[in-house]
Amino acid sequence: MYRLLEPPDCPRSPRAGPYDADVSSVRAERLVNLVLCLLSTRQFLSAERIRAIVPGYADAPGDASFFRMFERDKTELRELGIPLETGRNSGFDTVDGYRIARGDYELGEIHLEPDEAAAVALAARLWESPELADAAHGALVKLRAAGVEVDDDRSRIQPRVGATEAAFAPLLAAVQAGRVVSFDHRRGGPAGEVTRRTVEPWGVVSWRGRWYLVGHDRDRDAPRSFRVSRILEPVTPTGRTGAVRVPAGVDLMAMVRHNVEPPPVTGVARVWVAAGRAQGLRRLGRRRGPRTLDGRPGEELELDLRSLETVARWLSGHGPDVIVLHPEELAAAVRANWAAAAAAHARPVHHPVPTGAPG
Amino acid sequence: MSATGVTERLPRLLSLVPYLIARPGIRVAEAAADFGISERQLRRDLELLWMCGLPGYGPGDLVDLSFSGDTVSVTEDAGMRRPLRLTTAEATALLVALRTLAETPGVADTAAVRRATAKIEHAVGDATPTGLAVDLGPIDLGVGESATATTIREALTAGRALRIRYYTAGRDAVSQRTVDPMRLLIADGRGYLEAWCRRAEGVRLFRLDRVDDVLVLAEPAAPPPDAEPTDVSEGPFRPRAEHRSAVLQLEPEARWVAEYYPVEEVVEVDGGRARVLLRYADPDWLVRLVLGLGGGARLLEPADLVEVIGQRARAALAAGGGAG
Repeated sequence: MYRLLEPPDCPRSPRAGPYDADVSSVRAERLVNLVLCLLSTRQFLSAERIRAIVPGYADAPGDASFFRMFERDKTELRELGIPLETGRNSGFDTVDGYRIARGDYELGEIHLEPDEAAAVALAARLWESPELADAAHGALVKLRAAGVEVDDDRSRIQPRVGATEAAFAPLLAAVQAGRVVSFDHRRGGPAGEVTRRTVEPWGVVSWRGRWYLVGHDRDRDAPRSFRVSRILEPVTPTGRTGAVRVPAGVDLMAMVRHNVEPPPVTGVARVWVAAGRAQGLRRLGRRRGPRTLDGRPGEELELDLRSLETVARWLSGHGPDVIVLHPEELAAAVRANWAAAAAAHARPVHHPVPTGAPG
Repeated sequence: MSATGVTERLPRLLSLVPYLIARPGIRVAEAAADFGISERQLRRDLELLWMCGLPGYGPGDLVDLSFSGDTVSVTEDAGMRRPLRLTTAEATALLVALRTLAETPGVADTAAVRRATAKIEHAVGDATPTGLAVDLGPIDLGVGESATATTIREALTAGRALRIRYYTAGRDAVSQRTVDPMRLLIADGRGYLEAWCRRAEGVRLFRLDRVDDVLVLAEPAAPPPDAEPTDVSEGPFRPRAEHRSAVLQLEPEARWVAEYYPVEEVVEVDGGRARVLLRYADPDWLVRLVLGLGGGARLLEPADLVEVIGQRARAALAAGGGAG
């Protein structure tokens, strides 16, 4: 019932001659044979020995050409992450040999439940940047080769991270290489002020779905965190690899949390909201039941107080549709907002629409 | 093909034999789809592997394959039983994506994402990216969020229409809508349902944490064929023709507004103030924003809303001024 791919009418290997003239196929075949050979040996094999046994190297017209070819091949394997070991079998060896330790080469055992595999398939489709998308696909190929069934057919769930994280990959590369980076950092919206920053990068931190670069800001001479989405490309690595030292005991996550963590709950506010109004407040708060105030029908809500200022802002936005019942500091803060807004908008003012370059 | 051809092809060649060992008799077309290549390219790869093997290169040393109909199996593996480990770049891309999913509840089953992350971290070992920190602690998004998200995912997978109760922050209102789900996506760190809204007759993004209730309908999801997915590369907020613009002058303490909301122009004014052009869909939203900022922001245009803000502030002082 089986048939071979091609009739075995010619000896398969070593190659009598290329069955197609495709140079890169010849090289790919040589590299696969090289990997298989080095995986199968416990002994270190010298370059000369490899030249003699791995098909393809015999085609090299001379020593110089062979060594050039072999150097390129070694580089290729290392770039793919293949752990090529160098060493000598005994003191009698005069040159270094090569081998690949199977334990370092092979992906460990992994078994994923169907829901876990579905999560991995989703994750692999997350990236829009070609660099990260290709790397994620490469990971998926290897996981599948490890026997993991990754069903990639859920086309209706397409998570995508917007291109706002374009700077992510170069920043992480700089962190891992320990290199100082320079970049333009934009304060605020699309037209915000842009300043050049030079940073010793310590890490890239994700907090509440947003990425931050954490490091030592050379311009401010202080530790700082930057939203990755506000870092503009290109990110330029400067200085030598390994120059950045992360101070001992630094907690990357704490540096970001310190900047953006909401304050703890310090109390509870009670407010009245007019019937049918302030739907957002109702979602944030707990409903305490209907209440008529000054003859107006409405509802009483309870809200957790973290920052008095923030809650005052939410409440004062609703104007006469809300009344603060408790505490008095909050009521005062809300009244102060209204008074300031009334003063700032006492009568219509006419100003031209801003024009010209931002800055 | 160039050298990049080899760089692309070699990892695939090294994965192909273990992949086939794990799936004896797989259809060639299915294998090609899994590797993201054409069937023709896969057959070329198999031809190449058939020429490879261990030193000696005798019958038992070479990779051998058997074909039956349109399926393929490996009969000799030449010692290629497991795939190569993940590179740091591969591990980084996958683990960071998993963590992003874990941090954006609703888009994926976060419990499964976390289990998968732990297993992959364990399997990749040394390739686990360094210099990365991710907070995987519980995220407080309100009660009921995860139940609605699970239901939405099920409806998407099953291709069913949904009835949702949705809070629209712009209008500060809760409404019932019937929608045809299209996809789930993450933009600016938040999960969204993209769907055809039958009431608005357009594609809309619904923030998952603002979907208060959801009901899966018996009828199939049927977005019109010309419903275009939203381009979220510049963030989830897309200026529309019907949006109007306002000019705001922000005091230094209210400059965060320019970072938080989509503003189109920022002009520095004296004393650390900034004048911004802000796009808005709903006048009530703009009034709430400016009123809430107290004296932190002064609306300069449009003039009719400047008037409204002044009136609302005075009315609020008159109504709530005495209560305590």
